[in-house]
Amino acid sequence: MKQDYTFLIGGEAGQGLQTIGAVLAKALARQGLHIFAYQDYHSRVRGGHNFYQVRAASFPVGSHLDEVTMLVALDEETIKIHGHRVGEGGVVLYDSEEMPSQEGLANSLPVPLKELGKTYGGQGVMGNSAAAGAVWQLLGGEPAALDETLRDTFSGKGDKVAEANVKAARGGMEYAKKHFQSTCPCRLERLLSPPRMLLTGNDAVALGALAAGCQFIGAYPMSPASSVFTTMGRQVGRLPLVFEQAEDEISAIHMALGAAFAGVRSMVATSGGGFALMVEGLSLAGCSETPLVLFLGQRPGPATGLATRTEQGDLLFALHAGHGEFPRAVLAPGNAGEAFWLTVKAFNLAEKYQVPVFVLSDQYLADAAYTVEPFGLDRVLVDRGEILAEKEFGPGYRRHRLTESGISPRAFPGRGEGTVATSGNEHDEEGYPTEKADLRRKMTEKRLGKARFLAAAIAPPSFYGPQNPQKVLLTWGSGLGACREAAEHLNAGGEKVGVVHMTELWPFPAADVELALAGAEEVIAVEMNATGQLGRLLRQETGIKPKAAILKYDGRAMNGAYVVKELARGGVNPW
Amino acid sequence: MVEADRFHTARPKTWCPGCGNHQILEVLKETLARLDYHPHQVLLVSGIGQAAKTSQYIRTNTFNVLHGRTLPVATGAKLVNPRLKVLALGGDGDGYAEGGNHIIHAARRNVEVTYMIHNNQIYGLTKGQLSPTTDLGSPTTSYHTPSSTRPLNPLRFLLGIGASFVARGFAGSREQLGDILEKALKHRGFACIDILQPCVVFNRVNTSKWYRERVYDVNEEGHSPDDLAGAFRLAGEWGERIGTGIFYAEERETLNDALLGRDAPPLVERKPEPRDVAPLMKEYL
Ligand SMILES: Cc1ncc(C[n+]2csc(CCOP(=O)(O)OP(=O)(O)O)c2C)c(N)n1
Ligand code: SF4
Repeated sequence: MKQDYTFLIGGEAGQGLQTIGAVLAKALARQGLHIFAYQDYHSRVRGGHNFYQVRAASFPVGSHLDEVTMLVALDEETIKIHGHRVGEGGVVLYDSEEMPSQEGLANSLPVPLKELGKTYGGQGVMGNSAAAGAVWQLLGGEPAALDETLRDTFSGKGDKVAEANVKAARGGMEYAKKHFQSTCPCRLERLLSPPRMLLTGNDAVALGALAAGCQFIGAYPMSPASSVFTTMGRQVGRLPLVFEQAEDEISAIHMALGAAFAGVRSMVATSGGGFALMVEGLSLAGCSETPLVLFLGQRPGPATGLATRTEQGDLLFALHAGHGEFPRAVLAPGNAGEAFWLTVKAFNLAEKYQVPVFVLSDQYLADAAYTVEPFGLDRVLVDRGEILAEKEFGPGYRRHRLTESGISPRAFPGRGEGTVATSGNEHDEEGYPTEKADLRRKMTEKRLGKARFLAAAIAPPSFYGPQNPQKVLLTWGSGLGACREAAEHLNAGGEKVGVVHMTELWPFPAADVELALAGAEEVIAVEMNATGQLGRLLRQETGIKPKAAILKYDGRAMNGAYVVKELARGGVNPW
Repeated sequence: MVEADRFHTARPKTWCPGCGNHQILEVLKETLARLDYHPHQVLLVSGIGQAAKTSQYIRTNTFNVLHGRTLPVATGAKLVNPRLKVLALGGDGDGYAEGGNHIIHAARRNVEVTYMIHNNQIYGLTKGQLSPTTDLGSPTTSYHTPSSTRPLNPLRFLLGIGASFVARGFAGSREQLGDILEKALKHRGFACIDILQPCVVFNRVNTSKWYRERVYDVNEEGHSPDDLAGAFRLAGEWGERIGTGIFYAEERETLNDALLGRDAPPLVERKPEPRDVAPLMKEYL
């Protein structure tokens, strides 16, 4: 049986809707379903309309749907805003203590959440678990399975709290069983699947960085990047790494450079505004050939923009940031799985070619949770590039020795009898400032020459869809889920639509992209920005001009339905 | 002199004859040698400016960074390799203007870094512009009129932000500067030395003679480095008399102690290899 259900839990910040959403997502993942879950929240701690949307399906999913199968309303606002999204036969479950009766709504179930929480769990707040229980009952889920997820979720708060939540959930189940008169369109069918993690894009980046042996992360808090360093920071002491919260992003990147220069794998995590402050440090990394991984979680700008929302507006910024000319790599994962592996790759590229490497994400990918099978850790390789052994590192060492490849073997201060010198001034081979014209030219060529080798390490774009597609949706990063969904929908209707998804954007794999687009009658760039940045880049690097673009820049992520709708309209031309 | 030669480099100096930086450089080499450091054990993080050129004229490990960014780089390096003797140095513009925020937080963290601010009260490299420490009424090339902005009092600033070691030296008092530097290098924590450094070209007010006529040793006059209130009072002097010496010193937990534990093995000594995140992955199942 095909299962594809969307649960939307809405309410004010602070009402615990995250808890309900997260518990349901996890419980459903453990039933073998594929999950895509994301939160839509305001930049405030209390109040405001927020919602958590969980899509559970019997097939892999990578974006959200507009149609809701079950709406859980913790306040009346939720019904006002999302009521119309409830599909044929969909159910509305609402907190009857928070709003007047919604009798007019078909298939609605009023639930006195606080009362249930108090009666069964001993506390009004346990009403959240009662809500999860009620949903579970309507789905026809195995009660013990929800119990187990609740126990795991609340284990950190002690057995008592965990058991109280289990009881509250059971109370919710009882209540729903007794009071819900009609039938729910979703019947949960357990699937025999391998165990899967429920992981956000940021969790995956953190895991990737840890697995790759990152030992230093410097950051200043900024949505949507912060959970990367908090997740990594929790491992300090268990794994050999250190996190320091800097006084600003200027400091964060320079700390990371100091750590990298001293000899460890090092990274920063930030969003656009913070990255703007880091730009001078990026240039220093380029000049001093210090390896660095930059996690850039995009959110809408300019300036502070929309702090908790999403956009892909900083591709060209990441590509061009920094004064002077130096090579870099830009990687942009499309989902949590890719986020893990590209983060691992970022560290290898950074160290091997001694360049800054970006992992470009955005709020949608950063905060969305995906089901992913545990990563095969034996496939994680650490390639630190050329490093002198301690014995070879003696007096006379030249940090920026001119070599055929442009890559000079590294050595680390205090890790041998020699000394290492480097500089943000143009320097000689030893690493000391020079103004000699000839050396300047050679050093520039040495640095830029590395880009050739870097380019060879860049993977071609991924292609999804039928052979010889008539239309190609060209997208990057988190655009993957929406484009694939759209293409599948259109192809089911007899069209021939392919998706070319770029995860490794710089050095731009021009030949591979040309090949991937060859034969397509129409290329449509699909991006979460207003200016069609990938489209521009494509034209700059290949001369290919997309026929049109499908763009979105209202801070809310696009999905398959949006792409289908805009494609039918012919898209726009931002160029 | 004990083997200051081990820090020798042949690079020709580009400072003006008579510049205070020459003396500071010699004191630095001598003191490191006296404490029996070897070049490979020392990391000197320098900024941008005349003062910052010091790192080109002494053999140590060095990262010559951007204007104002010495302390974050030094902090990152020290965190991952506490075995390195880490120093940061630069001018008053580098430190108190471009890098001002970093000083506050290096002090808060008490990162074990010796920080030398060569304070010539003017921008040397860029030819005579106003510095945060330029005296009221001094001419600068930034404005057509003498400086009308009140200068920063570096010592009161450093004491105020809670730096665990605060001293002032004078490039012309080499022996005393060596003593101060020795104590700073031995200090477990963030040790700041504001060094009065004559600039013979752009600062015609605070000349070598001007400083020499005013400086005295606060410790010789009985000031004890554990007397914070006394330090604040003495730091207020800037006129007939200018105090030098160690104004304040206290032992407290360092950044490395706090984040990694005292005597934790340096992170750089851990084998670079894939780390086992399997237990962490389990938490997401
Ligand atoms: C970001 C940045 N801004 C400005 C400069 C130009 N600049 C170089 S050194 C300097 C100031 C020099 O004064 P100071 O730090 O006191 O050092 P001094 O040369 O006097 O030793 C300036 C403004 C720069 N290199 N980088
Ligand atoms: S200009 Fe001033 S600071 Fe620069 S070298 Fe000459 S005397 Fe020294």
